Amino acid sequence: MKAAPLPSPCLDQDKARGLRLCGLSFLSNGPYSLDILPGECIGLTGRSGVGKTQLLRAVADVISHRGDCLLDGTACSAFEAPVWRRTVAMVVAESCWWHDTVSPHFAGGMEEGQCRDWLMKMRLPLDAGGWRVSRLSTGERQRLSLVRSLMNTPRVLLLDEPTSALDREMVQVVEGIIADICEKKQTICLWVSHDREQLIRMANRIYRVEAQGLVEEVNECR
Amino acid sequence: MQVISLSAFDLGLAALLLILLAATSFLIGLGLERRMLISGTRMTVQLLLIGMVLKVLFASSSLWLVLSMATVMLLVAGYEVWARQKRKLSGARGYLISTGSMLISSFTVTLLALTSMVGVDPWYTPQYAIPLLGMLLGNTMNGVALASDRLTTELYTHRAMVEQRLLLGQGWQEASGDIRRDCMRTGMIPIINSMAAAGVVSLPGMMTGQILGGSSPLDAVKYQILIMFLIAAGTGFGVLAAIWLISRQLFDERQRLVLDELTVVKE
Repeated sequence: MKAAPLPSPCLDQDKARGLRLCGLSFLSNGPYSLDILPGECIGLTGRSGVGKTQLLRAVADVISHRGDCLLDGTACSAFEAPVWRRTVAMVVAESCWWHDTVSPHFAGGMEEGQCRDWLMKMRLPLDAGGWRVSRLSTGERQRLSLVRSLMNTPRVLLLDEPTSALDREMVQVVEGIIADICEKKQTICLWVSHDREQLIRMANRIYRVEAQGLVEEVNECR
Repeated sequence: MQVISLSAFDLGLAALLLILLAATSFLIGLGLERRMLISGTRMTVQLLLIGMVLKVLFASSSLWLVLSMATVMLLVAGYEVWARQKRKLSGARGYLISTGSMLISSFTVTLLALTSMVGVDPWYTPQYAIPLLGMLLGNTMNGVALASDRLTTELYTHRAMVEQRLLLGQGWQEASGDIRRDCMRTGMIPIINSMAAAGVVSLPGMMTGQILGGSSPLDAVKYQILIMFLIAAGTGFGVLAAIWLISRQLFDERQRLVLDELTVVKE
């Protein structure tokens, strides 16, 4: 299959629902164009170093790029940057924690019902907020980082290897939670993973990220 | 009281001490002897030159001469602040910001002191204006340089953390808040400490000089108190300005951390 940029969907302004990548390019990568409907989960794969993480960072608007993203017809550039990043939340592969304990990292604290709900679903104890960050295991970090981003109630989730540090049982738990969010809240999900089996389980469509564009892969997706 | 004039022989004896230290440094392989000798020579030549310049300046006391002297001092101080940063803003911006912060911290404070506190007439009388400005530039320079260098280094080291905070929807000010406050503290702590130690642990240089020059200790002390307040205020506001201006440059209009604006100096 040859890597050719998909035809730009940006001309068609009426189909405004969902997330639309319009000729997004950064450094020597791109342009990437893609239309994603509410509730869809897109799997992204590709060789190491091709720029999958950078693509997510461009969508989250933390690196400078050409082209734009539209959410329900509104351009990223029309949002205030922090608002966009809360709405289109990227969960990085290696999360950062800068306070001593877990709970100060949550803007609204961890006592809210919503947060306790997520913790329970992620099989984390409710007193996890008092844990010392230095003692967290990588798996705990990964799940807590997901909860932290979910607390912003994003419309789009950009997940970079979100289950890389989890055992098989926890992978199932997290996959279940994300699938649930996509279905019930119509959240859009861009899922970067090297685990093809996982993408086949999770994604509606799978694309291979190439330096010059996205190539749809034919798989038996869900 | 007549000041005892120092002869070249007296200075030579003092220089011998440094040479002795350099020899020791060579013997124990410290590797500092070259820099010691060069710095010592530079200091001597620079001070002798400035002595002659000041002699001319004091004799003429023209506003333009004083102002141009002050400008040269400011530009050198700005350069010194800029040069001391390991990672600095590319282009002329870095230098402009350093000089701008020194302008705020030293020029305005000196001007204020000359016109409203010392009240010398005319306000630009070089015997007052130049030493005051020199004291302020020399001392605020340290604070501003320390804080600026630390800011760029910290933002570089902790870029993943800052970016994580941006990704969680924090604005650039919140995302870099801890780091910026930390750098401001770094810049201000030395002068705060030296205020606390003044008189008890250390006899500040300017006061010592005045006493040696024959002023009454009380007069000398009053000048020293004035200077300390000025330095503290100058350093504080200079540090605030430098931190604000540099961090504005390191986040773009979409509140992204743009570290490629920094160039690294190789040691």
